[in-house]
Amino acid sequence: MESAKKGKTQSKQPPRHPLDDWLRTDRMPHIWCPGCGIGTAFSACLSAMAATGLPKENFVMVSGIGCSARGAGYANVDSYHTTHGRAIPFATGLKLANPDLNVVVFSGDGDLFAIGGNHFIHAARRNVDLTVVCVNNYNYGMTGGQVAATTPHLAKTTTTPRGNPENPFNIPLLAFAAGAAYVARWTMLHARDLMDSIEEALKKPGFSFIEVLSPCPINYGRRNKEKALDTLHIYQEQTIIKNGAHPAELEGRQDGKIVLGKFWDVAKPSCNELYEKTCRPDFGKDHAA
Amino acid sequence: MEPAVLTGTHYMTGDEACAEGALAAGCLFFGGYPITPATEVAERMAERLPGVGGVFIQMEDEIAAMASIAGASCAGVKSMTSTSGPGFSLMMENLGLAIVTETPCVVVNVQRAGPSTGLPTQGAQGDMYQARWGSHGHYEIIALAPASAQDIFYQTIRAFNLSEKYRTPVLVMTDEVIGHMSERVVIPRAEEITVFNRPRAKGRKDRFKPFEPGPLGVPPMAIAGEGYNIHVTGLTHDERGYPVMSVDCQREMMARLIGKIQNNLDDIIEVEGYLLDDAEIVLISYGVSARTSRAAADEAREMGCKVGFLRLATVWPFPEKHIRELAQRVKGFITVEINFGQIHREVERAVQGKAPCFLAGHCGGTVISPDAVLDIIRREF
Amino acid sequence: MKLWRVPLDAGHVKVTRGIVHVIEDRCKGCGYCIEYCPTHILGFSKHYNKKGYHPPQILNPDGCVHCRYCEIICPEFAIYSVEAPKPDTQPEE
Repeated sequence: MESAKKGKTQSKQPPRHPLDDWLRTDRMPHIWCPGCGIGTAFSACLSAMAATGLPKENFVMVSGIGCSARGAGYANVDSYHTTHGRAIPFATGLKLANPDLNVVVFSGDGDLFAIGGNHFIHAARRNVDLTVVCVNNYNYGMTGGQVAATTPHLAKTTTTPRGNPENPFNIPLLAFAAGAAYVARWTMLHARDLMDSIEEALKKPGFSFIEVLSPCPINYGRRNKEKALDTLHIYQEQTIIKNGAHPAELEGRQDGKIVLGKFWDVAKPSCNELYEKTCRPDFGKDHAA
Repeated sequence: MEPAVLTGTHYMTGDEACAEGALAAGCLFFGGYPITPATEVAERMAERLPGVGGVFIQMEDEIAAMASIAGASCAGVKSMTSTSGPGFSLMMENLGLAIVTETPCVVVNVQRAGPSTGLPTQGAQGDMYQARWGSHGHYEIIALAPASAQDIFYQTIRAFNLSEKYRTPVLVMTDEVIGHMSERVVIPRAEEITVFNRPRAKGRKDRFKPFEPGPLGVPPMAIAGEGYNIHVTGLTHDERGYPVMSVDCQREMMARLIGKIQNNLDDIIEVEGYLLDDAEIVLISYGVSARTSRAAADEAREMGCKVGFLRLATVWPFPEKHIRELAQRVKGFITVEINFGQIHREVERAVQGKAPCFLAGHCGGTVISPDAVLDIIRREF
Repeated sequence: MKLWRVPLDAGHVKVTRGIVHVIEDRCKGCGYCIEYCPTHILGFSKHYNKKGYHPPQILNPDGCVHCRYCEIICPEFAIYSVEAPKPDTQPEE
């Protein structure tokens, strides 16, 4: 009891979280449900942005629609909450119009890989200099838990009451095949690796993609007999880190384990760079003259 | 560096003149997708933009094209796209985003006959209501309708200026005939062209509210990267840009979004009268059909009929006042347009039964002959 | 912290100490910080915050090693630790 009291006296000073500068604190608490992992993924993203040491005003966060896409509304940087699936083309416009911006797309699996799938593959192909963080909670949480392009086969959702008859995307493979320069997957429990990975991606030119597995206890977990902590225990016990693993080998589980790690990291010229080189090689010289 | 303004006398298509108008207005970003009969706008921009310091990107579809120009505009760059019917349909959702987030940009619709794939290489004016109401929800939109290659040059500049001034997307509703027809285009010197730039945020960054209205009801705009830490959302939002899910907030936001257009109609609306002073019959038209109407008015005069013509250079917001005034003193109206009566219905609404209204309409695929208009004059008056 | 064997350098390695702060009204009671605190110094409190959740309380303040995992696992930005001022001498285990 005494230590409990001690704990209470400690919070007497006005509590100020280390990320409060990066948060719209006037909008806290956020809308995410108790036990939802988006907040942790979002926290890792903000920490990584801070850790880069790059000027805060250069960061822009763009989101689509969905639970994860509410992220943009809580980041205390210039932030754009756009339409469903269209965060990436919006971000592409921002980045091409002002290459000095460091553009982060923070959105969910439904937004980026179902309705926005086409934009994702094309941005990866063009190698647009974006950092795309995809919170994958296996379902459409905002609308109450419908099947997504990432829902595992046989999993129950409100629109697959008999279990999902379809197979999910292997999204790191999709990113890799489409031409992304950086591909990684973590869970929100691996928050430190996730943070480091996002930081690395932010500093890297070209299209970086990071998938974050994250619990949706209310809409997905409840229907699949997975409490929030159960999901975290899966992340703890049934994952294995294999940096450099080929994305084609990530489908489902490997030896019963979900494979995490940084799978792909290559240097290649970004969309902006290629445009300058190809479309106006003499522009700079001209301009100087 | 190449000149953005190609001063001189040219022989070019409407699509090319449109691109030149955009460049003259300061457009530095084009996100597009090929579609007949608008492709030539994109091609011209792809050729010209790198030389003037801009960026052209061919996106993966028109949804992405519209999203990309909204994004580019948020980065402070004047941006545009061009398309035709099917692509215009795909742009509707993000057009709504640009309206509610007050993001200036210009969308050119080189209309072809629809519905669906329709007649891709043949003109029509069937998207006028889609221009007005194509995106969901209630909103105000500005749509201009050029009637020649020279006019499309001018109207595209005006589209950018209105877009910047009122922080709203502006539609240039041209058509295949104007887009593909080659005509003389005179481009003035850069200093003779009036170019308007959006009101920009200033003052203390920590106190700035991105949707607090300034003069004309238009909020000064903070650009991504300036350090204002703005939030911009398609959700109903307050002056801070924060989502607020309440009727009060919706009411306030909508009142201002509608008000900034409705309270400035005189500035936005441009019409051109022809032989109207003594006119007893007034032809109302826009775009390529304006040329039909002008010819019909001339021929009718030769027949001894007092026919005048009102060209709507601005179609939306609808020039209701001008038509209502004419309705007090004329015998009737004929709306000339390549559809089955979209603007005709607006004319009827504005006339309020004070004079008979007729339609010289067409299914699309070709222009309307002046004879079709003259037939109505002979039959009805 | 209980160790199954005492590390050979335990005598001269200084373990950082931290002080945990809870922003109670941001907490939604998911319990992740409690579950994953490596030194198990947190537990649910009995009282409610303004949203009706039980925020964590610090059961053993001296046990915090300032690993900051509670801070980074918390989805709510509701808990963090700061480094405790270094005592002159290392407390005995």
